[in-house]
Amino acid sequence: MVVELRKETAIEMLYTMLKIRKFEETIKDIYAEGKKPVFDLSAGPIPGFVHLSAGQEPAAVGVCIHLRADDFVSAAHRAHHIAIAKGVDLKRLAAEIFGKKTGLCKGKGGHMHLFDPQKNFSCNGIVGASFPHAVGAALAYKMQGKDSVAVAYGGDGAANQGTFHEALNLAAIWKLPVIFVIEDNMWALSFPKRLSTAISRNSDRASAYGIPGVFIPDNDLFRIFEVAGEAIKRAREGGGPTLIEIETYRFYGHYVGDPERYRAKDEVEKLRAKDPINRVKEQLIQKGWLTDKEFEELVFRASAEVDEAINFARESPYPDPEEALQDVFA
Amino acid sequence: MARIAERRLRMYKAIAEAIDQEMERDNTIFVMGEDVGVYGGVFGITRGLYQKYGPEYVRDTPLSEAGVIGAAIGAAAVGMRPIVDLQFVDFIGVCFDQIFNQLAKIHYMSGGNVKLPVVITAAIGGGLSFAAHHSQVLYSIFAHVPGLKVVVPSNSYDAKGLMIQSIRDDNPVIYCIHKRLIGVPGMPCPETAITHVPEEPYTIPLGKASIKKEGEDVTIVAAALMVHRAIEAAEMLSREGIDAEIIDVRTLVPLDKDTIINSVKKTGRLLIVDEDYKSYGMTGEIAAIVAEEAWEYLDAPIRRLAVPDVPIPFSRPLEDYIIPSTEKIYKTVKEMIK
Repeated sequence: MVVELRKETAIEMLYTMLKIRKFEETIKDIYAEGKKPVFDLSAGPIPGFVHLSAGQEPAAVGVCIHLRADDFVSAAHRAHHIAIAKGVDLKRLAAEIFGKKTGLCKGKGGHMHLFDPQKNFSCNGIVGASFPHAVGAALAYKMQGKDSVAVAYGGDGAANQGTFHEALNLAAIWKLPVIFVIEDNMWALSFPKRLSTAISRNSDRASAYGIPGVFIPDNDLFRIFEVAGEAIKRAREGGGPTLIEIETYRFYGHYVGDPERYRAKDEVEKLRAKDPINRVKEQLIQKGWLTDKEFEELVFRASAEVDEAINFARESPYPDPEEALQDVFA
Repeated sequence: MARIAERRLRMYKAIAEAIDQEMERDNTIFVMGEDVGVYGGVFGITRGLYQKYGPEYVRDTPLSEAGVIGAAIGAAAVGMRPIVDLQFVDFIGVCFDQIFNQLAKIHYMSGGNVKLPVVITAAIGGGLSFAAHHSQVLYSIFAHVPGLKVVVPSNSYDAKGLMIQSIRDDNPVIYCIHKRLIGVPGMPCPETAITHVPEEPYTIPLGKASIKKEGEDVTIVAAALMVHRAIEAAEMLSREGIDAEIIDVRTLVPLDKDTIINSVKKTGRLLIVDEDYKSYGMTGEIAAIVAEEAWEYLDAPIRRLAVPDVPIPFSRPLEDYIIPSTEKIYKTVKEMIK
């Protein structure tokens, strides 16, 4: 193993997963406020779309644990988990989702368009659009003589966009420090991967660009930790890009309120039976790195941190309407 | 009186010189695009730069416009100032999202947190029988989407000053170069496009139009090649005692409304000449601004000359028919004044 897994790291990853899960479930509950009896996407304290990532925590945490603030991460529309794992301030993240003045983007981006230059994190409403952004950041780092890397996240749906293939080719010909992470949750909204994608594993597409491609089955945090650690180390040392495909689970619909007519009810039940948080908890208990009591403490601490962020968001003011006219140009 | 030695440069050389002088000053600036390296750019604007700065800073790219413009966005987000040559503006079709949803909007969507100082150069315009995929102007499309500055030089002097300013601007700039003004071999340009260019770096602010000729009777607003046709038409008109004022907008975004409005207040007549498509374009926008802000000064209806809403045809007589000509400008002004 290139990067050794230590107890503290494992606990930190579990803690971040708990924080993400608590955040997502809290957002889901608040999203429902004001949307009854008639479901109106524009109503309530959190208007618009919300795409939750509960179940996909390992893909975010197992990769981002290896990253520094100066490493660049670009992601797509379902990205709360990645933002949190990259260290984006939870209060400002929550406030942005509420559309508040204190949000990351002063309420101009919303949950799909989060930009944090301090943590070098961004996500994007156009699926596939952000792959080349990571390529450009990596190109800049190389030109600047830095050992920073860029990680481009996308779903299995995004992997059918032209920008995915253009980005892989550019990163490969220029041997750039980019790690492409495909979160395969099996669904591009309602369209299953088995019908959308000509081959069963997106990681095999790496061979078309002459770069390493690794498939990680079954949402396995510690395997992700290991593979990502190796890829990131190789990238930092000038060894070029890697494509990692992670089989992960989407516990909720495409968006909150999605009637999910397209998937069998028991699919989610089966996925939830393999909840990565329970699995990691058991693994750590087995290793003797965690007790039930310590786990409860982690849950409590994560809840408190999320509650504080949500309260900050609720209590923050909205932007003045005229602020809509600002920030078009620098 | 001592006469300053003229240093007439063709537009492509003026642009290459601007980029070169800026790259010397600031090592965060780099150029990338198809054929910008050894080839020196299809329109010559990177000529000599590869030899001076090497393949890292003057980077040839695959035919991968969405990837490359996306990469420019990522590089700019972490401190670089990329210049991307798109070659023909018509190629925006394959990288539309990166320009319109990403480059244009990220500064706003980030609440002003992220700055994207990216310059995209693109060749515009017809007159060379390149047909509908290599002859369009399309700058109005960029101007329509908030967040992009749009620069359109009509001569070498402006080209250099506007390029230096575009590179120094912290916003995305679409820098449009007319193929019939750029001055590369095989694409003749009017002599009036080849102007004196000072050797030292200088800037021209974005958002300041240029009055090419003062006049009392009619205001003609134009951009790029149409400026030169307006100048020719004005010479014909002056022989008949009609005194036209010609305004070169130089930048569509920001648009120098004041210069246009003040001119119309003086002349009472407005003709807008554009090589872009007529509907929903620059001519309509400027007409609307004047109608809103200087209606009471107008002595005649506003007139517009632009490409009728057809794709650019290949055959010479067809293409000549749809692009506004000197003759059409002359005739239209005569109709406005009789």
